[in-house]
Amino acid sequence: MSNKTLPTWVDVGVLPLINVCLAFIVSGFVILLIGESPLEAVKYIVTGAFGYDEGIGYTLFYTTNFIFTGLAVSIAFHAGLFNIGGEGQAYIGGLGVGLMCLSLDSFMPWWALLPFAIAAGGAFGAAWAFIPAYLQAYRGSHVVITTIMFNFIASALMVYLLVNVLIEPGSMAPQSRSIMEAATLPSMQNLFAAIGIDIANSPLNVSIFLAMICCVLVWLLLWHTRLGYAIRMIGFNENAAVYSGINTRRIIVITMCISGAISALVGINEVMGAQERILLDFVAGAGFTGIAVALMGRNHPVGIVIASLLFGALKQGGAELSFENPDIPNNIVVVIEGLVILFCGALTLMTKPSMEKLFLKFYAKKENANV
Amino acid sequence: MSEFILILLSTLDSTIRVSTPLILCAMAGLFSERSGIVDIGLEGKMLGGAFAAAAVASITGSAWIGLSAAIGVSVCMALLHGFACITHKGNQVVSGLAINILASGLTVTLGIAWFHQGGQTPLLSGDARFYSIDLPGALAVADVPVIGAIYSQLISGHNALVYLAFFTVPVTWWIVYQTRFGLRLRAVGENPQAVDTAGISVFWLRYRAVICAGILCGIAGAYLSTGQNAAFIREMSAGKGYIALAALIFGKWRPKAALLACLLFGFLEALTVRLEGVDLPLIGQVPTQLMQALPYILTVVLLAGFIGKAVAPKAIGVPYIKER
Amino acid sequence: MLTTQNTQQQDSLSPAIDLRKINKSFGPVHANKDVDLIVAKGSIHGIIGENGAGKSTLMSILYGFYEADSGEILVNGKLASITSSKDAIRAGIGMVHQHFMLIENFTVLENVMLGAELSSSLKESKISARAELARLSEEFGLAVDPDAITGDLAVGLQQRVEILKALYRGAEILILDEPTGVLTPQEVKQLFDILNALRARGVSVMLITHKLQEILAITDEVTVMRGGTMVASRETSKTTKQELAELMVGRKVLLEVDKSVAQPKEVLLEADNLTIKDSAGITRLDAVSLKVHAGEILGIAGVSGNGQAELLDVLSGIIPVQEGNIHLNGTTINAKNVLNAKDFRHLSLGHVAEDRHKQGMVTDFSARECAIMGFQDEPEFNGRILMDNKAVTDHCVSLMEEFDVRPANPHLKAANFSGGNQQKLCMAREIERQPKVLLVGQPTRGVDIGAIEFIHQQIVALRDAGNAVLVVSVELEEVMSLCDRIIVMFEGRIVGEMAASDADAQKLGLLMGNAGSDDQASTQGASS
Repeated sequence: MSNKTLPTWVDVGVLPLINVCLAFIVSGFVILLIGESPLEAVKYIVTGAFGYDEGIGYTLFYTTNFIFTGLAVSIAFHAGLFNIGGEGQAYIGGLGVGLMCLSLDSFMPWWALLPFAIAAGGAFGAAWAFIPAYLQAYRGSHVVITTIMFNFIASALMVYLLVNVLIEPGSMAPQSRSIMEAATLPSMQNLFAAIGIDIANSPLNVSIFLAMICCVLVWLLLWHTRLGYAIRMIGFNENAAVYSGINTRRIIVITMCISGAISALVGINEVMGAQERILLDFVAGAGFTGIAVALMGRNHPVGIVIASLLFGALKQGGAELSFENPDIPNNIVVVIEGLVILFCGALTLMTKPSMEKLFLKFYAKKENANV
Repeated sequence: MSEFILILLSTLDSTIRVSTPLILCAMAGLFSERSGIVDIGLEGKMLGGAFAAAAVASITGSAWIGLSAAIGVSVCMALLHGFACITHKGNQVVSGLAINILASGLTVTLGIAWFHQGGQTPLLSGDARFYSIDLPGALAVADVPVIGAIYSQLISGHNALVYLAFFTVPVTWWIVYQTRFGLRLRAVGENPQAVDTAGISVFWLRYRAVICAGILCGIAGAYLSTGQNAAFIREMSAGKGYIALAALIFGKWRPKAALLACLLFGFLEALTVRLEGVDLPLIGQVPTQLMQALPYILTVVLLAGFIGKAVAPKAIGVPYIKER
Repeated sequence: MLTTQNTQQQDSLSPAIDLRKINKSFGPVHANKDVDLIVAKGSIHGIIGENGAGKSTLMSILYGFYEADSGEILVNGKLASITSSKDAIRAGIGMVHQHFMLIENFTVLENVMLGAELSSSLKESKISARAELARLSEEFGLAVDPDAITGDLAVGLQQRVEILKALYRGAEILILDEPTGVLTPQEVKQLFDILNALRARGVSVMLITHKLQEILAITDEVTVMRGGTMVASRETSKTTKQELAELMVGRKVLLEVDKSVAQPKEVLLEADNLTIKDSAGITRLDAVSLKVHAGEILGIAGVSGNGQAELLDVLSGIIPVQEGNIHLNGTTINAKNVLNAKDFRHLSLGHVAEDRHKQGMVTDFSARECAIMGFQDEPEFNGRILMDNKAVTDHCVSLMEEFDVRPANPHLKAANFSGGNQQKLCMAREIERQPKVLLVGQPTRGVDIGAIEFIHQQIVALRDAGNAVLVVSVELEEVMSLCDRIIVMFEGRIVGEMAASDADAQKLGLLMGNAGSDDQASTQGASS
């Protein structure tokens, strides 16, 4: 064991970059394997994601979702908890958002409704995270397994509600009635139109501002509040937290509830912003992408924004890619996601020791030179 | 009354079909988790196996070569899991998740690129599939009341992989409880340091465990795409790997109890189909979604310690590090 | 106790174990320095030393758990390359670890045969193992039910299983690492009977312990380790516990602590019959009663693992009181009135943890975050919603100035400070508020010489200001020079008490090894 550790910039900058690059290189081989050109794929993905304003709109729309779920996963990570349940929490949270919108949309405009929708969604998402959290803290059942189970339970519950309860009378599709126009979030197109700029239509809406606010709030929470201090201390060293008089069980439950509430904000973007109704499977894997985002973004809001943008671009660019070249399906994005989780999550310890050796050698040389 | 028996028989019959992949995956998980390696990648390995089986069977025209391919692919994925978790001491849950997501993406990507059918593989026929086998005498005894019907309808008439799946349970039991490897496997999941000081390699033992898991998941995958169905369909594992994991936990990491849990969960699924739209006396219609969620709900209740206590292998999820 | 037997029948034969110039370093720590050791065949060889003397490292090397950086191992006169436990077993070495290497939910038979099964079929292996186990039990008088679940057995029996495990593998050399730590006196007697039986049958035994009594009772030869080196080897019959105690502790350069005579006043902290059992139900703290007065430093001496950690934890609110009472500054804390560590701090108690890396600080935190641990909820560090990070930083800067922590960078990660500076920071955090009662665990563990004196001065200054200090240390020198009154703990009990002025290394060493024979009776119970 050496006292010297890697400089911070290597640890948070270079190492993740290397891991992401490894993931991309392997992805490139996959594309080669199916007989296509990786470079061409990159070209299509980049132009599809950033080449024109509609593409950018979609990219940022997906980014918004991933910021929410990425933040949710990361805040749990900070407390040493692995919340795989973001998918279910977002789904149930969206139900809360939708129910609030459907009951109040004839009474108030979107800006008045938004706080209520956030509160309802947050409460639903938090409640869905509460049970696994409680079971982990007080009954010793592992949060990973219970949150997986709760994803499936959420999915079944939502199908039941949409098919039997929320379905619009007379409709065949299992989805709720539309939320009234005035109660839905303004799209970015409308917003820009109001200041006289014309952009193409996309589902991008004001939720992205909410996502930005969330980043700041999470950053403040984690590094500028007592609660955040306690959360991080538990994650690093639970003994030290007990030594500091922190009620670790209580903090674990609170952290999971916050995580669930943030996941739920996907519902604001999707239900209140883009889809304007509650419908089946609107989360579409964003909860799982959040895990990749958090791992790649090193659980820091800035990293999460960057990683979300990358995955947003991949999702939009991937769709564009498969449109341009039907032989490359947009599922290649799922492959990349899996590889990022593999390299940034499961194999982090693979690259670290070799990097450490490399840098120690470098520093030793430098020190020798100085002597 | 005889109509009731017929309904019961056909429900049980489909229970067997539905339970088959669950049983195989649960036994796979048993090997891995009893050695101390968390395996949430059952789903992904099964999906990868299903794709490999259908793809290779459609090209070679042989279901058996397809089966070998499925096992090969699934074992490779298991080795990847081992590489991350055993060799590099990575987080076992993260690695399993990565494998699931990779499988989900790769199967569709490769499927579209190779077969141009929207992620499906070509429809299999002839020798490229596993067909149901009529056990000897099934026809002859079919008319014997009750026993004949049970034999000819319930026990006979499944494909080879179904019988293989049910056969793996006593084999797993035998390996785990009656062989040297099994003794060491159980030991390494409880206390790897004790195994190490007894002069046994913890790494190699755990690698063998995940390879066993890979083999069984591969068979489960082949069953899905070349036995139960006649092609690979995207996301055809549909959460079965997770249900198997739940069944494994429900069965407290023991082969016989896990088998019963698989059959229970399979029965719930079969019943779901059967009860759709049927009014039950007193209860009325049971929502199918409730039936679908029941395995998960039951598992959570079990984990919460309300019905019995599921005690996991002690060293599960913790990478073994020799020198501190 | 047993009488010493000296059976020496090994003259002409080559020794069972011959270690030559073994070296092993962990980073900057040189755990074994040029260690030579000869263990004669068919003898019981004791290895004695304080914590950190390098005994366990040496045995781990011998059993293939660690690889030596340099040096040679000869087993029965032949050079052996031991890089894994497998090699050690093959060379005929068996080891009974301090923490048993048993699978608790296995039967005794399964544990014994694990890794040494005769056939790939368990049934066959079990039949032969059962026969062999019966034979071994018979031969060595090691009766144990082969079908009992190991985890259900008493600790003494579990240890017996460990010994059987080694014998089953054909061990001719048996290493026992602190084997009596968890045993009752009766079990110790049984163990010694077993060891005598082993010796009589030609097995060489290496007994690692810090208990002088045991060395004298059972061994033929004894080697003393200190600071990673072998300091002496003696024939047991030709040495005394006084000599061994002195060798073990050594005559280190006396650390002079500049302090006046204590002026003890009222009792500020009192423990009244505290008993703590761990999750396995083992008693870690056994009816401990003590009082700490204002204006004095009370030292707790003892080999680590004898209840000191639990004492500190319960006195600081980290683990709840199970039995007994704590009186702290007029507040009584017991099983009915449970307080956490923060509440204890509000009762003006400071606590410098024994192990910085496990409890006292978060090495991944920056220094400024470590500087407020336990005080994170204090109003001075908090605004209405957000933490006042500037106040936190300023606080850290002032602590660093006051206690000369270098580098004085509050934003540096705690892991990047040297041990001494980490300790100074922890110390500063706890002393800064002038707590009425200060608990200090291992004040100078892993601390460089320069910082030791400074830390001692701070503790004395706190005492002189009229506060009560309780110091736990495994460094006898430190306890003697720093403290005013000394209590010795052994197996969760207080086994002796004296004024620091009456203490010397030999007296304390004897008590720590629970060999205080004559004066033991008088000090037990009279611990106020």
